[in-house]
Amino acid sequence: MRIASWTSLELRHLLKLAGAWMLAARCFAQSGAQSSSSTNIFAPASTPADAIFGLSIFVLAVTGVIFAIVFGLLLYAAIRFRRRPNDDPREPLQIYGSDQLELAWTVIPVLIVIVLFMTSARVIHAVQDARRPKGTIEVVVIGHQFWWEYRYPQYGFVTANELHVPVSDPAHPTPTFLELRSADTDHSFWIPVLAGKTDLIPNHPNSMWIDPHGAGLYLGQCAQYCGTQHAKMLLRAYVDSPAEFDRWVQAQQKTVREDTPLSPVALEGRRVFNSTACVNCHAISGTAAEGRVGPDLTHLMSRETIASGVTPNTAANLRRWVQNPAAFKPGSLMPSMNLTDKEVDEVTAYLLTLH
Amino acid sequence: MASDSISLPGSIGLPRDAGSTWLETLHEWVITVDHKKLGLMYIGSALIFLVIGGIEAAIMRIQLAVAHGQFVSPEVFNRMFTMHGTTMIFFVAMTVLFGFGIYLVPLMIGTRDMAFPRLNAWGFWMTLFAALLFYFSFVGGDGLSGAGGAPDVGWWAYAPLTSPAFSRGHSTDYWTIALLVAGFGTVATAVNLVATIVTMRCPGMTLGKMPLLAWMYLVMSGMLLFTITPLTAAQLMLMVDRYLGGHFFDTQAGGSAVIWMHFFWIFGHPEVYVLIIPAFAFISEIVPVFSRKPIFGYPIMVAATVAIGFVSMSVWAHHMYTVGMASYSSAFFVLTTMAVGIPTGIKIFNWLGTMWGGKIHYDVPMMFALGFLFQFLIAGLTGIMLSSAPFDWQLGGSYFVVAHFHYVIVGGILFSLFGAFYYWYPKMTGRMLNETLGKWHFWLFLIGFHVTFDVMHIPGILGMPRRIYTYEPGRGWEQWNLIVSIGAVIQTVAILFFVVNMIWSYFRGRPAGKDPWDAWTLEWAVSSPPPVYNFAVLPEVMSRRPLWDIKHPEDPDWKYE
Repeated sequence: MRIASWTSLELRHLLKLAGAWMLAARCFAQSGAQSSSSTNIFAPASTPADAIFGLSIFVLAVTGVIFAIVFGLLLYAAIRFRRRPNDDPREPLQIYGSDQLELAWTVIPVLIVIVLFMTSARVIHAVQDARRPKGTIEVVVIGHQFWWEYRYPQYGFVTANELHVPVSDPAHPTPTFLELRSADTDHSFWIPVLAGKTDLIPNHPNSMWIDPHGAGLYLGQCAQYCGTQHAKMLLRAYVDSPAEFDRWVQAQQKTVREDTPLSPVALEGRRVFNSTACVNCHAISGTAAEGRVGPDLTHLMSRETIASGVTPNTAANLRRWVQNPAAFKPGSLMPSMNLTDKEVDEVTAYLLTLH
Repeated sequence: MASDSISLPGSIGLPRDAGSTWLETLHEWVITVDHKKLGLMYIGSALIFLVIGGIEAAIMRIQLAVAHGQFVSPEVFNRMFTMHGTTMIFFVAMTVLFGFGIYLVPLMIGTRDMAFPRLNAWGFWMTLFAALLFYFSFVGGDGLSGAGGAPDVGWWAYAPLTSPAFSRGHSTDYWTIALLVAGFGTVATAVNLVATIVTMRCPGMTLGKMPLLAWMYLVMSGMLLFTITPLTAAQLMLMVDRYLGGHFFDTQAGGSAVIWMHFFWIFGHPEVYVLIIPAFAFISEIVPVFSRKPIFGYPIMVAATVAIGFVSMSVWAHHMYTVGMASYSSAFFVLTTMAVGIPTGIKIFNWLGTMWGGKIHYDVPMMFALGFLFQFLIAGLTGIMLSSAPFDWQLGGSYFVVAHFHYVIVGGILFSLFGAFYYWYPKMTGRMLNETLGKWHFWLFLIGFHVTFDVMHIPGILGMPRRIYTYEPGRGWEQWNLIVSIGAVIQTVAILFFVVNMIWSYFRGRPAGKDPWDAWTLEWAVSSPPPVYNFAVLPEVMSRRPLWDIKHPEDPDWKYE
């Protein structure tokens, strides 16, 4: 509540200061924002991103004015005081300085710095020290080389690579607080339209929050170099309506039942999966597979993509991935298991049953 | 004792024998302790590594010209940006700036050599061998395990990516040891510059009458004494971690990745100022001479430089706004970072004041200096945007930052350096650089620079992170990246003009004479190139512009200073 009212007030205030800039930036934002999948920092769709946007426009306006003045003076001096062919050959008047001028161009920047510092400090405080209202969703985000693990401690399940959060109604905000951890190297969580980035550092838990205003899919990617496949550690956040989110949570909470009827191929796939190294890294809750090195596969088929957003989650892609992950992500830590074609078919058939 | 047959180091005072063989010439350069020869060797080695670093940049730009580029593998791309960054900072920028410094400082303060000529040679050879060691990683980085290759951890090498668990083979060791060795050379040369400037000025040259270039090199060298130390300490700790079972940065054993960041950036950010202050120095010499006026506000220029030296030591954590600092820590670094913009702004206004009311001669050095002024203004303003922590949460780690610091380093430092090349090449070689080729070089490089680095801000705003070997189509990044890559091609052509000009003018350039620019500082009082001993009789100065006093006896500077 506090968060929402503060930013709307602050935004209106800043809007007045920088109307023209705002318009220009909005136009720019629209050009890159055909859908909710934009990654444009000037198309915010969440409270912290809004606060940053407001400040950004103010900083842009101030620096824009400085730029116009100084650039203009430089250009004027460069043209006006150029040597001309018919100039008299004597040296120009030798001037060594001017205390008044020098004082002026020291004091004015000091004042500008004070203003920019104060406005920045307000937004730092508003975003970094925000309180958690009732109804906050808690998610633990764990960065791995090169994928994302999401744990929902309030609901008791684990998923990977596709974050789901509910849309937040400004009247009754339900922001999502992310606790950021890393299993290996440094990563950074950055979905530009939802919030600024925050790093995931091993042995150094961080936190950030998002408060999305509209449903949709929001994209981003790891923003701190983390190794070979840093480029393909993509982020996907699905902002659902509260009802959809509840349905999704209930589905994710289900475990796989051993007595689920499976086709003979899938049954054989389950045997291969459970008897090879797959289980050392992957977990399928309700089965013997409890590995936490790779993504949780309990509800693999509820996800639209595989390999951290790299490719659509189709049967064909899944098969190719199981056969040789390096074909999609050279440097991926999942090895090719050297399964026979038949075994790959079987394992894929099994994975396709994990809804 | 046939002592007269033993040649003295640096062949002091002996003019080079016209009939000497190439082996004798080589020998002479290898054993030299002459600050001018060492300066030229610094500059020469930097130019070679500039080309190598440029090739690495070109490989990255080819890869990123299209979405899902297939030109190189991710491993190779990651090595390219690590090698490019490290090379350009340590083995190009630092090296070439030291080269100009040790060439010019003794001449400008009216002395015959550096305070410690042998230490000077040692500093150069340490730097060169560090660079060679660094590039040997392409051969030796594999190590016994066959993993590795050239370093691929990025130029700031964040822990724990450098730990044995994530960096197998010896690639990280080459990076670490190369920087350690380069650091020794850097500290040696910094000590040497400080000692030279403090103790070896010619009679009459008080600190207040010293050319601004010498002041700025004094501040730069003083900063290096403080900033190389944490880098060296961090490298030693990293080696302890990697080979002696230490846990400084070993997060799995309770070590801290964040401590590495602090150590690195308390070196890394002052380093940026270490690089830009010599660029300021060149501009502070070129702008007055070509505007035909003394520098505007000399005392405040000195004060601003010293202020930058101090304040820039306390801004490092603005590289770390996203690592989860407390809000008041972030606020502190916002304030210090913005504060460093004040003395920097003062400098821009003082250069403007120098041009104001002058008669500006647009020779090539001044064209580059003017390019510097415009571009450094923009780089400073994007720096202000990034200094505001919340804005940085969005822009940091994106291509916006890459555009920003290339604006500083290419648009600022490199433009200033090119100005310095055109300005002092006649002094160093005795021949003028060709004006026509120089103008082609300037305009092509200006266009290429803006096509590349103006446009590069946009993908950052559109959410493109740095250090990615490829990117997804459909995020609005493709066209911008293609334009950026095209700009890189134009820059390459411009650099070719520069290289051709340097070589052609060495043999065919117009003879320069002592003082081709009608300038005012002491290096222009001696022949071009200067004799080994610089000054037959040490000069005595009465003002900041001793040659002005000689040329205008009716209106000397010392009456006003």
